[in-house]
Amino acid sequence: MSFAKSRFKHKSLPVNDLGLTYREYEGAISTLCAGCGHDSISAAIVHACHELSIAPHSIAKMSGIGCSSKAPNYFLSNAHGFNSVHGRMPSVTTGANLANKDLTYLAMSGDGDSASIGLGQFAHVVRRQLNMVYMVANNGVYGLTKGQLAATSDKGVRNKTGELSLFNDIDLCTMALQLGASFVARCFSGDKAQLVPIIKAAIAHQGFAYIDIISPCVTFNNHEGSTRSYDYVQEHVTTGAVTDFVPIKEEITSATPEGEFEDICLHDGSIMRIYKLDQDYDTSNRLKAMNDVEEHKQRGEILTGLLYLDPTARNYHELNETTDMPLNQVKQDLLCPGERVLGTINDSFR
Amino acid sequence: MKKTDVSNYDHYLKVVDCQQACPAHTPVPEYIRLIADKRYSDAYMINWESNVFPGVLGRVCDRPCEPACRRGRVEEEPVAICRLKRVAADYKDDITDRLPKAPEESNGKRIALIGAGPASLTVARDLLPLGYHISLFDRDQQGGGMMRSQIPAFRLPETVLDEEIDYILNMGVESHFGSAITSMHKLLQENYDAIFVGTGAPKGRALNLPGHEAAQPQISIGIDWLANVSFGHNDKAPKRVVVLGGGNTAMDCCRTAKRLGAEEVKVIVRSSYEAMKASPWEKEDAKAEDIDIIVNHNPTEFVVEKGKLKGVLFDQVESFYDRGGNRVLKNTGETLLAECDLVLVAIGQDTSFEWIERDIGLDFNDWDQPCLNESTLQSSIDKVFIGGDAAYGPENIITAVAHGHKAAISIDLFCQGKDPMQRPKSDFNLISQKMGMHEWSYTNIIDHEQRNLVPHISWQEAVKELATEVELGFDEQLALEEAGRCLNCDVHTVFTESTCIECSACEDICPTDCINFIDDIKDDITPPQQLLKGKLKVDKATDEQDYFISDNLQTGNIMVKDEDMCLHCGLCAERCPTGAWDMQKLTLSNIEATIK
Ligand SMILES: Cc1cc2nc3c(=O)[nH]c(=O)nc-3n(C[C@H](O)[C@H](O)[C@H](O)COP(=O)(O)OP(=O)(O)OC[C@H]3O[C@@H](n4cnc5c(N)ncnc54)[C@H](O)[C@@H]3O)c2cc1C
Ligand SMILES: Cc1ncc(C[n+]2csc(CCOP(=O)(O)OP(=O)(O)O)c2C)c(N)n1
Ligand code: SF4
Ligand code: SF4
Ligand code: SF4
Ligand SMILES: [Mg+2]
Repeated sequence: MSFAKSRFKHKSLPVNDLGLTYREYEGAISTLCAGCGHDSISAAIVHACHELSIAPHSIAKMSGIGCSSKAPNYFLSNAHGFNSVHGRMPSVTTGANLANKDLTYLAMSGDGDSASIGLGQFAHVVRRQLNMVYMVANNGVYGLTKGQLAATSDKGVRNKTGELSLFNDIDLCTMALQLGASFVARCFSGDKAQLVPIIKAAIAHQGFAYIDIISPCVTFNNHEGSTRSYDYVQEHVTTGAVTDFVPIKEEITSATPEGEFEDICLHDGSIMRIYKLDQDYDTSNRLKAMNDVEEHKQRGEILTGLLYLDPTARNYHELNETTDMPLNQVKQDLLCPGERVLGTINDSFR
Repeated sequence: MKKTDVSNYDHYLKVVDCQQACPAHTPVPEYIRLIADKRYSDAYMINWESNVFPGVLGRVCDRPCEPACRRGRVEEEPVAICRLKRVAADYKDDITDRLPKAPEESNGKRIALIGAGPASLTVARDLLPLGYHISLFDRDQQGGGMMRSQIPAFRLPETVLDEEIDYILNMGVESHFGSAITSMHKLLQENYDAIFVGTGAPKGRALNLPGHEAAQPQISIGIDWLANVSFGHNDKAPKRVVVLGGGNTAMDCCRTAKRLGAEEVKVIVRSSYEAMKASPWEKEDAKAEDIDIIVNHNPTEFVVEKGKLKGVLFDQVESFYDRGGNRVLKNTGETLLAECDLVLVAIGQDTSFEWIERDIGLDFNDWDQPCLNESTLQSSIDKVFIGGDAAYGPENIITAVAHGHKAAISIDLFCQGKDPMQRPKSDFNLISQKMGMHEWSYTNIIDHEQRNLVPHISWQEAVKELATEVELGFDEQLALEEAGRCLNCDVHTVFTESTCIECSACEDICPTDCINFIDDIKDDITPPQQLLKGKLKVDKATDEQDYFISDNLQTGNIMVKDEDMCLHCGLCAERCPTGAWDMQKLTLSNIEATIK
């Protein structure tokens, strides 16, 4: 009997700028249910970070409580991480980010963690424009506690035990848009071709990036009648555009569809390339994005892809004009410049 | 794309690299698992059924299985398959009562086998239990062919050879040793229902250079010289010996000469060291015994002084490959005189069919080789079958065994009045190895250890005595460690399209990126290699294995598995929520052989 992943790897695995293969970005072997969408998200994160050549130790994995919040253990073993209290990941991340803005903050939360107990925290971290990637693994239930309906469940569906969803669902994308998030996307865990470039762009984006990832719970929400099952999502998913992420140094040689595209330049010079499938598609219009999400929902479709992006938005540190040097590196003599400076400050108020 | 056909065993057998590469299709992973279980006799019997001489082959097989071993692709070195076979032979109990017996009642058919090498002995073994009467003829006094006359005792102890030959002779062979067959015409007059020719390739090539005649007493054909040593006609070598040739015969000649008292032994070969035909391990062993291997020298003359051999003269050459891929030799202008007292010429062997009259209807081709049907080994005289080295020139023991199996099936069909071309198809079975959660009936954990080396005795000890076996074989601990390296390639990843929900869990967990879910490509004609280039997570590393391509899944996508790198670790099946992947063991009833 064994449940260990071999160290052997494919002989022709590509290495990134740091000389690492994606295997060096993996985490512990997952203990989630076999087939859980969250594992696919972990795999997408592994590939995104590898392809971006981010040093694993420059990443902090942040999470709350839930199966989704356990997932960070299953990617990036060599990254920093904090598995916080249920629904409190946003404030812990805010604190961490204030102390060290140099790290890349990858947050993994669940729809229970963010739309129920942590809804207040969620709302405020969006408002604050914290520079982070906030991912919610949206499975419509509380997986870890055995499948109770989450606030994201569609009204009228039943969970596996037959409990009816009586109330309107909370759509975290719509909320994020409404509260001013500068990067909003919705993806399906089963579609890595879409998910990986969007995670990469979200990391490159220097502001608050929200990705809502429909991630089926095979054990408690994959039954007939569920709107988060593999079958249902595969049948109802739609997108307005195919997105591709082009890093700064790379020639554009992507094999994505022919035809017209639009490039959005991100902070670091990398490019989000958008091949429109729907002529109407527009990532710069927040109101329209909110409208699109709702319209598709009414048609029984799940709209995925990059919904909104404002590459010029200013993040929390910029808004607060904090020092360039991360605060945790500022030495005591600078933080506490002594009596003479205090005197000068006090004098200025006299 | 075109779905992989898994309605028969072809795809799965190919996945078992070693078993596919073994000419006799020995179920390698199965016997290695038995060794890991310390079931040595069972492991021996599995071998014996397919390759007939496990104790012999566990020492001297050419091991085509090892370069094929999957381990060589995912790691560096293959599993020591051959040496594990020896472990089964060395540690087994008495298995004589497990051997098949000839039925009391003969089936009335009489078969003559010419030559008692591995090819004929295999035919005998396969046909005896079916009730055939077997008459075996060899001009030598004992059975074994070149296994006895050529392979020196320091590589293959006589006791091991005797034991495995006796298993067959004792099944009831009517043997005629010391009787050379000199006329096929005469033999055909005798009332044999079929004749099998397993006379090998017994004629060593000579090297007719200037000086050849005068130096004649001091020049020997390598295989003749080795046979003389084996049969005790020759037990001494002079002080200085030069061996010409770079194949395994040359290696056996030089090492034997060393043991018979030669002090200065040189192997001089035209090619580079890498291009020498001898197996890498043979070359290493020779070098370890302080034998000088001189490469890139082309012999030009046997230098004779005062009516005696002085030495051999060589041109130094450079070899390179021309644009057509042919090797071209160019003289550098340097020469070398290798002084010596004996020259052993080991530059190749040929078949010898002087005893087959050319007017009896047995057709020969332009190269004076008998014309044979490759699938049946039947000659143009329908009751004459030819196999082993006699069929297509010198090969090795395991090929001779495979030919023996093939000919036995043909002879059996022929004697029943059936068409030997209608080969019986082997049964196959795929059995799930799942026992429970994370529980498989095979050890699916991957062992990351490197190949274990077989202990040798010191070369100084080794060269003292001709019959001292050089390799000591694995002790039990090493054997168990080595057995643990086998990847169980016969436990297959079997895929069921209809249950896959396309969650990609298997794709994500696979340590070697074998599994891909991709958009279907609407093209059934272009070869998959071409269609799939750039479409998979990682491009194919080798072409040794095929792709396993599924039918369309629910979304219309397909699953493509690259069989090259699969570790057979079962993680895909562990991770699959619906059981769309299962690990199933392939069992084949001793394919292409009559003994099942
Ligand atoms: C020096 C040397 C080392 C080798 N080492 C290895 C090794 O390590 N591993 C390996 O796998 N292979 C090795 N081989 C090759 C291997 O021995 C042969 O490929 C194999 O034995 C062929 O088997 P066979 O049954 O076709 O014929 P053989 O083994 O050649 O047997 C043919 C028999 O037919 C008899 N015979 C021939 N003509 C007549 C006749 N007219 N009447 C009666 N009897 C006749 C011969 O006496 C002989 O006994 C080696 C070969 C040589 C020369
Ligand atoms: C303060 C607190 N309240 C309740 C719980 C119980 N609890 C654990 S996980 C969870 C819901 C998790 O749901 P979600 O975030 O959607 O994660 P999933 O398991 O579905 O991925 C709840 C309610 C808790 N751990 N802590
Ligand atoms: S309970 Fe659901 S969410 Fe949790 S691991 Fe299992 S499938 Fe995934
Ligand atoms: S058994 Fe499955 S998981 Fe393991 S290497 Fe093969 S395809 Fe990959
Ligand atoms: S894990 Fe099973 S169900 Fe999921 S994609 Fe693989 S084969 Fe299909
Ligand atoms: Mg949930």
